Amino acid sequence: MSEPDLTRPELIAEFRRNPVGRHSPDLRLLLNTLRKADGEEPYVLVCTKPHREWRLARKKAGRGQALTLLDGAIFTDADAAEWAVFKLRWARMTGREIGE
Amino acid sequence: MNALPRKRIVGYTDRISAAPGETIRVMVSAEDVAAYDATLVRLTSGDLHPGGSGFIEREIADLGRHPGRVQAIAAGSYAIVDPAGSLAALRSLSVLAFIWPTLPGKGRQVILGQRRARSGFALALDETGAIAFEVGGATVSTGVPLLAREWAFVAATFDADARRVVVHQEPLVSYPGLDRRSWREAIVTQSLATDAPFMIAAEAGEGHPTAHFNGKIEAPVVAREALDRAGLERIAQGAITPEVAAAWDFAREMGGDRIVDRSPNRRHGRLVNLPTRAMKGHGWDGSEMNWTHAPHQYGAIHFHDDDLYDAGWAADFALTVPAETPSGVYAARLTGGGDVDHVPFVVRPPKGRRGADAVFLLPTASYLAYANERAGLEGDGHLQAFANHLVALGPGDLWLNDHQGAGLSLYDRHGDGSGVSISSRLRPILNLRPGVTSAWVGTAGTAPWQFNADLPLLDWLAAKGIACDVVTDEDLDREGMGLLDGYRVMLTGSHPEYWSRSMYDALQAYLGRGGRMMYLGGNGFYWRVAFHPTLPGVIELRRAEDGIRDWVAEGGEYYMSFTGEYGGMWCRMGRSIHALAGVGMAGQGFDVSTYYRRNSASRDPRAAFVFEGVEGDVIGDFGTVGGGAAGLEVDRYDRALGSPPHALVLASSENLSDTYFPPPDEINNASAMMDARQNTRVRADLVLFTTPNGGAVFSTGSIAWIGSLTHNRYDNNVSRITENVLRRFLDTKGIG
Ligand SMILES: [Fe+2]
Repeated sequence: MSEPDLTRPELIAEFRRNPVGRHSPDLRLLLNTLRKADGEEPYVLVCTKPHREWRLARKKAGRGQALTLLDGAIFTDADAAEWAVFKLRWARMTGREIGE
Repeated sequence: MNALPRKRIVGYTDRISAAPGETIRVMVSAEDVAAYDATLVRLTSGDLHPGGSGFIEREIADLGRHPGRVQAIAAGSYAIVDPAGSLAALRSLSVLAFIWPTLPGKGRQVILGQRRARSGFALALDETGAIAFEVGGATVSTGVPLLAREWAFVAATFDADARRVVVHQEPLVSYPGLDRRSWREAIVTQSLATDAPFMIAAEAGEGHPTAHFNGKIEAPVVAREALDRAGLERIAQGAITPEVAAAWDFAREMGGDRIVDRSPNRRHGRLVNLPTRAMKGHGWDGSEMNWTHAPHQYGAIHFHDDDLYDAGWAADFALTVPAETPSGVYAARLTGGGDVDHVPFVVRPPKGRRGADAVFLLPTASYLAYANERAGLEGDGHLQAFANHLVALGPGDLWLNDHQGAGLSLYDRHGDGSGVSISSRLRPILNLRPGVTSAWVGTAGTAPWQFNADLPLLDWLAAKGIACDVVTDEDLDREGMGLLDGYRVMLTGSHPEYWSRSMYDALQAYLGRGGRMMYLGGNGFYWRVAFHPTLPGVIELRRAEDGIRDWVAEGGEYYMSFTGEYGGMWCRMGRSIHALAGVGMAGQGFDVSTYYRRNSASRDPRAAFVFEGVEGDVIGDFGTVGGGAAGLEVDRYDRALGSPPHALVLASSENLSDTYFPPPDEINNASAMMDARQNTRVRADLVLFTTPNGGAVFSTGSIAWIGSLTHNRYDNNVSRITENVLRRFLDTKGIG
């Protein structure tokens, strides 16, 4: 039995097209693999203007745990934030960057 | 540059609902705010979604300018013995109890004693989780940490003449190689003298109690002599010997907040911050699951250092609802220091005086269930897989992260891992606010949940010029059917999930008399809760048996302490959700919503009025909650589960995402075909049926429905269908 290649470009393309919502089974597997690899300190967004602006942070899971705001973009679009985190997680998993 | 959004002003009220002429007290804490302005406003919308109506509020009255001050929350439950019956005169003593510690090793934790700073005495878990007796500045510890979640008999004696302390710990079960039995003896020079009160599960601190115990305590006894091991055994078995100064039996009056001393000394005490009662004791043997049948097996109280009933803040101001104020949702708006807080409440019609023919039952019991819910704040990658998107924390979440004592929701666990079964509104509730969305629901946490998800209904009613009174679950629990009687239509909120027996009885009686209901939500009528019979504003839940449970009640602990009622799912207690509402919980997912497609039944002449002016087959492919009217939590028609056979299934959702799954009560055995993409049982159904005496029920089976009402300036097919049904239901002529 062969495992699906979760690094294949069409999964990246599918996520880019539709970051949130119904996904193909392999994309779902890829996303959950990436999320799990966040470990005890998942990436989260901090909403700085309701529905309009977010910043990227990491928040340790658990009660009263520290939140660390990450330097970088201010997102004005939730899909762009999803894409940015997807790229970070993908690079962590594969050791390679996703080209734009 | 890197400043996080910060909530500076938070408040709460002493009541959730008031009639004109009644007074509401408002308690406020303001951090780094010199003064704030208070205004009474009427709230109509807090939908900040780009497609929503934005904030709509109308100023009603100036409530003055007030100095900002910080008010702290002292969480953590304990018992305190009436000072008049204090044990201050003790020279020598014995103390004992059975305990089931849940966080041994998490700091020093007092089991019982009269202690403040380094005066008096306490029987405690030391820093390592070993039993220790503290007297004055001396501590005598067994030095052997107890295991978590194992019952142990613990005791200490102090002989003032011999100046001798003896400490015992005896787990009821021991494991090979892990024998935690121990005792220790020492000579000390200190005395028991102190002015501290006698407390159980905490000690008197500076200002607030401290050193809270986490876990269960059962049958504590104090004797006025240093007894030998045999003497300790006798009183541990329950004997009231002449030396016994107090012997509390937590199995008495389990529904209340008093602890009863069964010794002749009658040193009763009072519980603070509602620890969990009717908990299995060390002698529970599984022969009885209902504490009311065998109270002596349920003599334990589970204390938590994060229990909270009443924050107990001083009132900043009071407001009297002006005469003739129309029923609706209002708030004390507090503005200062660059922050605004809205502290909402309902103005209900005066008792027995309806202001309209329609009534909106604001699901405040469900608001309490979710109060200060922390899943997004505390979850890891599993939560993001569940949500299928990133979590986004707002100022309220960050405030909760900095204020761990602000009380938990019925979805959270206590710090010791046990489920939160009690939730009160006498504390700031950061997610019971206009404009607030849930950190983990909807893309980037943009979906409103509960209160703010229900406000668009008020916005829409106002836009349509339809008069509607507003009442709360708490009013219904207290007043029963009389509260609804006379209204032609009752409208629910988006997620009326939690019902007390009194509420449920009232609704059934109302429908039985020909009352009409528009159930505009999903996953309604699901859990049975109990309001406390005497303490205001607090509910209890046991997540028993089945259903979606973020924690699971332990076997043998399914009966609620407040009332003795069996807890859990209404549908397992002879009250089919499907029979009541036509639909019942079918599934949930938290990424995107979808639309409904009309079924052939929508062409039935009996349903013609519903679709008047509606063209096409697709309903609700728009909205501010996930982009569609069908989503988040969805209910389906199911004849096998009790849906009425004559009900019309007018429309059904299509294309829910692959993260929508059935609730556990629908999964008797897991399979790879459960998600909504492969499982048509996970869907929302739009249902209409008639009920006896001219009544009728219209159900949307979706949390997202209300979020589609205001789309395109209230001109859309969800709006049209809702209006058609509401106007028809308001009409006295028969239906169907
Ligand atoms: Fe719920």
